[in-house]
Amino acid sequence: MALPAADQIKMYRTMVLIRRFEQGVAEAYADGFIGGFTHLYIGQEAVATGAILSLNHDDYAVGTYRVHGHALARGTPARSLMAELYGRTDGVCKGKGGSMHFFDAEHYFLGGYGIVGGHLPIGVGAALACQMRGEDRVVMVFFGDGASNQGVFHEALNMAKLWDLPVVFVCENNLYGIGTDVRISSSFDQIHKKAQGYGMPGHVVNGMDVIAVREACDEVVRYVRHGSGPVLLEARCYRYQGHSMTDAGKYRSVAETELWKKRDPIPRLAKSMLEQGTVDQARLDAIDAEANETVQDAMSFAEQSPPPSPEALWQDVFVENDHA
Amino acid sequence: MPERRYFETVGIALGEEMERDESVFILGEDVGLIGGTFRATEGLMAEYGSQRVRDTPIAEAAIVGLAIGAAMAGMRPVAELMTLNFGIVAMDQIVNHASKARYMFGGGVRLPMVIRAPGGGGTQKAAQHSHSIESWFMNTPGIRVVIPSTPYDLKGLLKTAIRSDDPVLFIEHEMLYNTRGEVPDDDYLLPFGVADVKRPGRDVTIVAWSKMVHEALRAAEMLGDEGIEAEVIDPRTLDPLDIDTILMSVARTRRAVIAEEGWRNVGVGAELAARIQEHLFYDLDAPVQRVAAADVPTPYAKNLEKLALPDARDIVEAVLKITL
Repeated sequence: MALPAADQIKMYRTMVLIRRFEQGVAEAYADGFIGGFTHLYIGQEAVATGAILSLNHDDYAVGTYRVHGHALARGTPARSLMAELYGRTDGVCKGKGGSMHFFDAEHYFLGGYGIVGGHLPIGVGAALACQMRGEDRVVMVFFGDGASNQGVFHEALNMAKLWDLPVVFVCENNLYGIGTDVRISSSFDQIHKKAQGYGMPGHVVNGMDVIAVREACDEVVRYVRHGSGPVLLEARCYRYQGHSMTDAGKYRSVAETELWKKRDPIPRLAKSMLEQGTVDQARLDAIDAEANETVQDAMSFAEQSPPPSPEALWQDVFVENDHA
Repeated sequence: MPERRYFETVGIALGEEMERDESVFILGEDVGLIGGTFRATEGLMAEYGSQRVRDTPIAEAAIVGLAIGAAMAGMRPVAELMTLNFGIVAMDQIVNHASKARYMFGGGVRLPMVIRAPGGGGTQKAAQHSHSIESWFMNTPGIRVVIPSTPYDLKGLLKTAIRSDDPVLFIEHEMLYNTRGEVPDDDYLLPFGVADVKRPGRDVTIVAWSKMVHEALRAAEMLGDEGIEAEVIDPRTLDPLDIDTILMSVARTRRAVIAEEGWRNVGVGAELAARIQEHLFYDLDAPVQRVAAADVPTPYAKNLEKLALPDARDIVEAVLKITL
């Protein structure tokens, strides 16, 4: 059964917002408003969008260091995220985290983490809490192909299956772990099949097709929520930019990048919705304009937000006795 | 007041806290069926079931990572590392995740979790199983370091650790597990950051923690025979550190010896000596002395291990050097 029109439109809006947001980030980075490591999500929008929109509002999601898209899909306002990137006090983490460390308890978003694979057991731990309390929440944990070669990936999968915890592992296989091709870093590049080693179902989906991602995740989330144990879903996708703002991505051929750009998830969904008569071009243009406006607004909001006060330096190290 | 062994007291404190708060649970290697390698969790699985006293695979990074995730989702996990040596496998989770999360997420999250870990040498376990590495964690902002020397302190501090909303590394000493001491049956808590004067004296201040407290007390006995009255101060928690009690004592005795089982080079003693001279340079009658392990990997052979690790005699020598 086809996804309801409203869902398709929402996915389109989310993907466009992520794309425009990241374009705004690139601009602000070039203008010196954003520092540090900044990893753009352009090209992979279909994965966060399709996967996260299959969750209930109070399911948990956990992201990586390429986390802007996930937080936006989860519903964190663009203003709070942009202010965070600008290192300002109205940022979602009060300017203390930056690009890699968005965290938003209000939207059940358990953070972005800067150590490849390091957050995988954290997601499993949140799922353990849900199971112990008898909740029917699921935890969706995103990671990249690079993380699948880290030790904690295997530890996390093993424990998740051992106790049949409600975890959806979503591997965003964008073919490169930082600058290294997955084929020269992984003895076996069918990452979803690594699930079998833990007695867990593993599936692969076209990560450039948001409908496919959404349908796969709807099914997987249902299965996991039912208490059947964790699932590993591999979404094959591609980031158009380098690993981070300081990486020109020269290890990839122009031909390869161009090939993947032809599979862009945004025009793909636009075309399909237009063909089905779900929307007309004017509606799509309006969505685009709205996203642009949201991002422009977020950027001026961020620029006007004050930097953290010097006192903030010593705050939030601990809950108790911050200065001790 | 009943007399208890140090290892028993761990189980008593855990049991009392599990009884009063359903969100407290234990996870670790051999903590359930076996009751803990050092018998610290004996009987708890029978009492509280395999969900709340959870045997895990040998996967220390994920054990700590799961505790982090469960704490984020509102539980109060007590993760046991079979020994602190295995904590080195989990350093990324302890240092880069547990200690950082609250601050980098702008105070948006609490991590009410405890990592219990027995450490220390002296039982011929050789280079990889004899670590006293509390200085590593004291050097890391964002995690409390608690290191009790007696059953009484252990109970009160472990209960405080479990009720704390911050991550706590709770370091026990393998050679103290069979020591005995009076432990009230009441529900008492000991605050973090309050040192305990284990023996009053006017001539020299010896600062020691964990097993070294007992070496320091033995040294104080021997020194007493020579007419030197040593004051022995046990900080009990290294983060937060009760520097005031130490400074007040040294201001009186004008001489200080720091006795630790860890390595001398960049050890806790180096930090304490620096702080003492910063505050009391003109009050000191002699340079601050450090008693610590030889800067070599801990050897197996009994005679070499004895040479490598500090004991009461080394403390006596250090004191005599600055009092005669």
